[in-house]
Amino acid sequence: MSNKIIIIGSGPAGWTAAIYASRALLSPVLFEGAEPGGQLTTTTEVENFPGFPEGVMGPELMKKCKEQAKKFGTEIISEFVEVVDFSSRPFKVTSKGKVYEAETVIISTGASARRLGLPSEKALYGHGVSACATCDGFFFKGKKVIVVGGGDAAMEEADFLTRFANEVTIVHRGSAFRASKIMQDRVTQNKKINVVWNSEVVEVLGADVGRVTGVKLKDATTGEIREMQTDGMFTAIGHEPNTALFKGVLDLDERNYIKTIPGTSQTNIPGVFAAGDVQDAKYRQAITAAGSGCMAALEAERFLAKNE
Amino acid sequence: MEMIFTDENFDAEVLKSSVPVLVDFWAPWCGPCITMGPIVEEIADEVAPETMKIGKCNVDESGKAAQQYNILSIPTFLVFKKGVVVEQVSGSMSKEALMERIKKHVE
Repeated sequence: MSNKIIIIGSGPAGWTAAIYASRALLSPVLFEGAEPGGQLTTTTEVENFPGFPEGVMGPELMKKCKEQAKKFGTEIISEFVEVVDFSSRPFKVTSKGKVYEAETVIISTGASARRLGLPSEKALYGHGVSACATCDGFFFKGKKVIVVGGGDAAMEEADFLTRFANEVTIVHRGSAFRASKIMQDRVTQNKKINVVWNSEVVEVLGADVGRVTGVKLKDATTGEIREMQTDGMFTAIGHEPNTALFKGVLDLDERNYIKTIPGTSQTNIPGVFAAGDVQDAKYRQAITAAGSGCMAALEAERFLAKNE
Repeated sequence: MEMIFTDENFDAEVLKSSVPVLVDFWAPWCGPCITMGPIVEEIADEVAPETMKIGKCNVDESGKAAQQYNILSIPTFLVFKKGVVVEQVSGSMSKEALMERIKKHVE
């Protein structure tokens, strides 16, 4: 039996689409994916989501969205989609070897924090390499850590980590930060933070002992390689859209975001819609993701009405 | 049913357990941990207690075990068999993915 709507992803875009589609009695099926709740689950307080003057915890917001979608009848599957086939309708989505059919698909797989992509980084993930300062900063009380990056997120993480670590070093590839003035000021005024310019992490050391002991840095100007001792490495080098599943299936832009027709959530395949960070390199906010999730659900509803 | 492991009962309930034990190391200020909480509870309700013991350990309140096992990231899930760590996995994931990692240790 073919479903009317399948939603892939469980961040603000996915849940909003599910709330709208289930209230429209379209019985949506939502796949939660590999990182249920998405990027908001690695944040702490969200202070700019309308309706929460006291702020709301990111994970709490996602939990409530899920409850709301469930209440109106969304079927939630706690698996991740492995293969999609959009070559003809009904579209096919495969998870754990099982094929699900749908008249329309809403893609809201979001974006994930970018990694450096080093084998040594992967090997030490969870052993001193972290992508979540709010989760793991606690374990570095009185220790030395580095933060890789040069944007606002890197400044924020470095500043946050000084609550725990004795010494935080920002390692940046360039000779100037991209971060806003206010965030740069916060960092330069913090005595626990220092900066290593023009340097790139080329290896994380410590795989032999099972925990981070240092990093190998390459100087961008001289090419010289040196070692620096550290207990932990946090990365804040931007995000990339989760679109591996759609390569060769949908039109992606040069940065691998899904292309949508401006002002809509429509992809190049009629009946397939995209919402949230997976198609938005510009705003990347919880509220814009939710807004585009709503658009996708309404457009899917219209598509179904027209093609019945 | 899900258990609560603490610095006080860790030795008796985890290390000296006659069945394998899954420990979910978490803290209230960790977003992915909050996401994983209900997933671990569901697994605890589904797995027969005579085949595996499942519970969580709050690293903020009971930090000794986390320190002893070099936990540097949460959520981290450890499976103990006869007091020895046989599985370690960190980060948020789907219920299926976590099940996949632990089910081979269920007796």
